[in-house]
Amino acid sequence: MTRLEVLKTYKIYIGGQFPRTESGRYYTPKNKAGQAFANICLSSRKDFRDAVVAARNAFGGWSAKAAFNRGQILYRIAEMLEGRKAQFIDELIKQDSTTKQAEAEVNTCIDRLIYYAGWCDKFQQVMGSVNPVASSHFNFSVPEPTGVVAIVAPQQTSLLGLVSVIAPVIAGGNTCIVLASETKPLCAVTFAEVLNSSDVSGGVVNILTGKPGELVKYFADHMDVNSIIYCENDVETKKLIQEKASLNVKRVVLYDKIKWNTDEAETPYFIMDTQEIKTTWHPIENIGGAKAGY
Amino acid sequence: MIAKNTNISIPDFTLSPRIDQVGVEERASRFTKRSIKAETKKNGLLLTLNMIDLTTLEGKDTKGKVQQLCYKAQHLHDAYPGLPTVAAVCVYPSMVKIAKDALGTSGVKVAAVATAFPSGQAPRDVKIRDTKFAVAEGADEIDMVISRGKFLEGEYNFVFDEIAAIKETCGNARLKVILETGELVTYDKVRRASDIAMYAGADFIKTSTGKISPAATMPVTLVMLEAIRDFYYKTGKMIAMKPAGGISKSKLALHYLVMLQETLGTAWMNNEWFRFGASSLANDVLMLLEKERTGVYQSANYFSID
Repeated sequence: MTRLEVLKTYKIYIGGQFPRTESGRYYTPKNKAGQAFANICLSSRKDFRDAVVAARNAFGGWSAKAAFNRGQILYRIAEMLEGRKAQFIDELIKQDSTTKQAEAEVNTCIDRLIYYAGWCDKFQQVMGSVNPVASSHFNFSVPEPTGVVAIVAPQQTSLLGLVSVIAPVIAGGNTCIVLASETKPLCAVTFAEVLNSSDVSGGVVNILTGKPGELVKYFADHMDVNSIIYCENDVETKKLIQEKASLNVKRVVLYDKIKWNTDEAETPYFIMDTQEIKTTWHPIENIGGAKAGY
Repeated sequence: MIAKNTNISIPDFTLSPRIDQVGVEERASRFTKRSIKAETKKNGLLLTLNMIDLTTLEGKDTKGKVQQLCYKAQHLHDAYPGLPTVAAVCVYPSMVKIAKDALGTSGVKVAAVATAFPSGQAPRDVKIRDTKFAVAEGADEIDMVISRGKFLEGEYNFVFDEIAAIKETCGNARLKVILETGELVTYDKVRRASDIAMYAGADFIKTSTGKISPAATMPVTLVMLEAIRDFYYKTGKMIAMKPAGGISKSKLALHYLVMLQETLGTAWMNNEWFRFGASSLANDVLMLLEKERTGVYQSANYFSID
């Protein structure tokens, strides 16, 4: 007797839980050979709304964590990803990658997480500054997380694009809602399982699957979202995002020309894209014997 | 025994109907599954705002806090044209005068918690003086707590007489009787306490002080609404209902309205006969109303602080 294969149910990830979409809608992406590889949740604006609530609730705790601790947690994600490498490679192959490409993609993802884990407790020093001012004040500027970030992940890759946009955002202390690649969503859901088992508190990363065309408007106009990241080069969509984002002056970040598999996709400036600079004036008489003017 | 203001004979409260726990919980859960369309939802939300008793009952309440709350009661969200005011502001007796002055002629009522709120552990003359003070300061409504200890000991006559005495002290002020259902444990006792309160002269029955968890739940409220319905059938007298505590989401408030409509009917669907005791509910309702108006999900940053 042949055994019936047990197929995995791919659900979305909101507030540390794996619900099905509230809309009850699904779609079936196909690979190049025309084979359907899974039924995927077609998330609705209400799923997004719930995810924003979860992300907002998680923001206080995540941003208040010691930077060093956030680094440890990012490192832990990398460790867990390493442990489930085989599964990711398998899923990438289902979605049209060759074995070699798949291995390279997963390895790059792991390395990229380690890269940003290292930056967690360093970018403030490097990017912050002590400023010369003409009065007797000690004046300094430090980056602080902007808040809740809505991300439309790169559509061409299943895992690499997703990891490359999530890592700098959460390394900087933000929480986020990510819409996975529409045509290659498998790894996003499995990555959510990795996050769920690696000390990332529920709500810090929320992952939805579905169609950018349906959801991007809500990503852009939600008043409780502080920043939006868009990684495609669709002129109409970019215009829509910029118009809607003006409602609450969201920080709009467009990554339309990044090659995610190269080193140019790894820089602390990606962390800075979702940071706000806070400058503090601290009254003081003189600093040091030389009466330095800073 | 004949109750004040009515010629109703008092039943034996030990014979109050027993409640089917599974049945009432199942029935209450059904109200959460009604489909409410856009226009009805908007009307429901506006009605919810109009039914709120905006509440601050903390030891750290100050004159400024109460005045700020009274301002909010009259100006829920000025960016939205045509909003109603809330029904009342609910404060401690010492704050009644401040609230009364701040609300002026706006029509928003002042409710005062009296009778050694929230525990009710004080002698009767103290409770009566507490009530007298609140009424003299100008309270339109008095929220009293029952003596739960006495009730649980089975001293129903004591509880009944106490409510009747406070009712007499209230004069023209409407009396809300807080059962503190979180301390009564079973639905049977909630039903019995509701019956005692209504026969003793309560104008409102109210679930909770908000200081004990669990506060208002849908099944408990349903038990009380059914007690009100039975009382109305028996005596022809309408009693109002106020669930309080734990209702902070507009969706839940709409479920309560569905339950009210389907249990007591349209006559009760106004703030004369139904109230929500809440402080953070108002902002959630406002955010949803703004979402319906503008089509954009809202952020708490753009609404007043509770």
